[in-house]
Amino acid sequence: MTIETQEQNGITNITIKDEMTIYTALEQKNELAPHLKTDHELHINLSEVSEIDSAGLQILLFLKHEATTKNIDLSLLNHSQSVVEVLELLNLTAHFGDPIIISADWKSS
Amino acid sequence: MSELDAALETFAQEAEELLTEMEDSLLILEDTPDDSETINSVFRAMHTIKGSSGLFGFNLIVAFTHEAETILDQVRNGERSIDASLISTLLSCKDHTIKLLEFCFESPDADLPEDLQQTGDILIEQLTGQAKQEQLAVTTGTTEIENEGGDLSADNWLISLDFQQDALRNGMDPLSFIRYLKTLGEIKQILTSTPDLPSGNDMDPESCYLQFKILFKSDADKQTIEEVFEFASDDCDIKILPPDSQVEHYLNLLNTQTEEHVSLLGEMLIEAGAITKNDIDKALDAQSKQDPEQNEPAKPLGEILVEQQVIQQPVVEEALKKQEKTRQKVATESSYIRVDSNKLGQLINLVGELVISGAAMNLMVERHGLADVEEVATSMNTLVSDIRDTALELRMVQIGETFSRFRRVVRDVSKELSKDIELTISGGESELDKTVVEKINDPLTHLIRNSLDHGIESPEQRVQAGKPATGNISLNAFHESGHIVIQIIDDGAGLDSEKIVAKAINNGLITSAEEMSQQEIFNLIFEAGLSTKQQASSLSGRGVGMDVVKRNIEALRGSVNIDSIAGQGTTITIHLPLTLAIIDGFMVKTEHERYIIPLSMVEECVEMDAQEYEIDEIQHYVNLRGEVMPYLRLGDYFQNRKSHSKTGRESLVVVRFGQTKAGFVVDELLGEHQTVIKPLGKVFQSLKGITGATVLGDGNVALILDVQGLIRHATKNKQRIPSQLTSVA
Repeated sequence: MTIETQEQNGITNITIKDEMTIYTALEQKNELAPHLKTDHELHINLSEVSEIDSAGLQILLFLKHEATTKNIDLSLLNHSQSVVEVLELLNLTAHFGDPIIISADWKSS
Repeated sequence: MSELDAALETFAQEAEELLTEMEDSLLILEDTPDDSETINSVFRAMHTIKGSSGLFGFNLIVAFTHEAETILDQVRNGERSIDASLISTLLSCKDHTIKLLEFCFESPDADLPEDLQQTGDILIEQLTGQAKQEQLAVTTGTTEIENEGGDLSADNWLISLDFQQDALRNGMDPLSFIRYLKTLGEIKQILTSTPDLPSGNDMDPESCYLQFKILFKSDADKQTIEEVFEFASDDCDIKILPPDSQVEHYLNLLNTQTEEHVSLLGEMLIEAGAITKNDIDKALDAQSKQDPEQNEPAKPLGEILVEQQVIQQPVVEEALKKQEKTRQKVATESSYIRVDSNKLGQLINLVGELVISGAAMNLMVERHGLADVEEVATSMNTLVSDIRDTALELRMVQIGETFSRFRRVVRDVSKELSKDIELTISGGESELDKTVVEKINDPLTHLIRNSLDHGIESPEQRVQAGKPATGNISLNAFHESGHIVIQIIDDGAGLDSEKIVAKAINNGLITSAEEMSQQEIFNLIFEAGLSTKQQASSLSGRGVGMDVVKRNIEALRGSVNIDSIAGQGTTITIHLPLTLAIIDGFMVKTEHERYIIPLSMVEECVEMDAQEYEIDEIQHYVNLRGEVMPYLRLGDYFQNRKSHSKTGRESLVVVRFGQTKAGFVVDELLGEHQTVIKPLGKVFQSLKGITGATVLGDGNVALILDVQGLIRHATKNKQRIPSQLTSVA
């Protein structure tokens, strides 16, 4: 599976280990949605997302939306470069409110 | 053809037009460097090509044109002045862009070959005055977005994109449009929202719920911005509201629009660039969808446009005012459609067949003496000839466009030869058949290069000869008796007839020039293997070409003549038929054979009356009311008739070609005939005096006379009488 899940001390750690595109969107949504449980904090590790497109972005938006309505603590961690690029492009960094580590030269690559 | 191929073809065509326009504009800029309208048009060309190339993913072109565009933008804003060297560089950029385009069309995925890459780099270096900076197209910084919170709508476009649910499924990626938008300007602020995002299981990850509001700063016009989203337009609700600062600009543009015709409101706004065609289509759609039951008058278009947030109120008001003003002056607006020239060719072929079968019908009607049918047949004939004329007219194009291409040739060549030469063009509005125009281009180029190289002297020589240092070449075109006449006139050194004769004798073309007129000597330069220029330059002077020029022109049933006055200049005159397909012919008969003479060349027909016209039977002269001209018995010429029975009456058809006239003696005049020209087969191409054949209504073949060749023959006879008496019976 492209998604790895670990539960630990009431925190669900999820690592997405694939691209997040229209081709993977359905599968990923179905897999991620069940984790939206109220008694868990949700940490999603994006460090291995090689590519993200509009559909992938939508999933993130969806998760954030769901989490907010259900009062779940959702954080996105270790954004990969392609995720950062998209969030910057669409000015969504503030929306997710997660700290992003920007490498010094991400723009020139 | 797939949709993408079709789009590519359109792009190719558009790019070519834009680049031609750009070249013209650049040449104009040489004379008037401050003309902002012209600078704009150059900028637009680069800009549009960049935009369209981006859509097709031709990043090579985007990268290159981006540089040119940047410089042009500086020129436009007055940050950089335009001078001769910049224009030269830009002209080379234009050429380079053409090469890039060709390359991309042929092998879209391949890497740029070394030489093209180098040329590109050199040009960019020349343009920017510094080495190419790596990654110029890097995305804009994020810091600025935060800094500029103030006057957001003042000079920013407001673009709102509302993607429909099927967008992703249809292969759209909204992100890529936004990324591409960034190449046109700067995204000041972007707001991403998903107001319709369903929760839980209702959310379909393959549906699109994204909406964007973008504040965008760019100098691009609305059309260009909209084109970014062109492919998404089916799956996305796009609204582009121009910045407030543009409103004033639109108002000005509206005011300067011509008052020659009443345009629709939408058209006026599109012309001013305030809205685009898509906006109008949508508004019209909304207008027609209004509930007719409501008994209210349909909402005016302007109101809908404002409601749909594609334009500001004042612009619409101004446009309406303007429209009212011009409403009195009604004129129909000419509109064009692009048609494949093959289709036109097919149409003309069909019309040709129609003409032939029409003639066949006439023949039958006549043979059976059907009086009542005759009337119908006559009116049908009139229609057929109208159709023929209209069909041929469709292919007529003005020669001006071909002429103006030579501006570049003259400019480049005169730079290369360090001569100072001006090109004057007149008669560019003369029309002729497109196929003729295409085929005359090469010969014309050759002749002009020749004039530039051999004709015009260097500035020093000119001054010494007491002439202005700037040489002049003029291209002139006019219509004359069913032909178009193209003249290339230079005020250069003229031809040296002695040199030509010497060279011709040297090369064995002639043995002596004693019997030759000045004109004939000059025309020797069209013979193969004769060049008078001592040194061959890269342009001309190898003695190859002028004979090819002549052959090409003669293949078009035209002729070329040269006239020159030593020290004052040379005039090359080309006569060409207007069309190659169907002509009005005049049918004559001699010795049971029918011939067609192009009607446009027929001056008059008279009875061959020996007393009245003082006919000289030996030297073949006729004195027609004081005008002496040679004549030719077609029977003698074509059928080798030895004796004249002289039983019936003969007629003299007076024909004219250019300035020369001659008479053809025939047995019978058959009258006008619509003639579909069928080219002769290869076997017959060396036949003198015939240019083609036509099929008559009864299935017989009639020969079409090469009037010009026959006149030449008749005139030659006249001059060589002494020697001919022995050889001709």
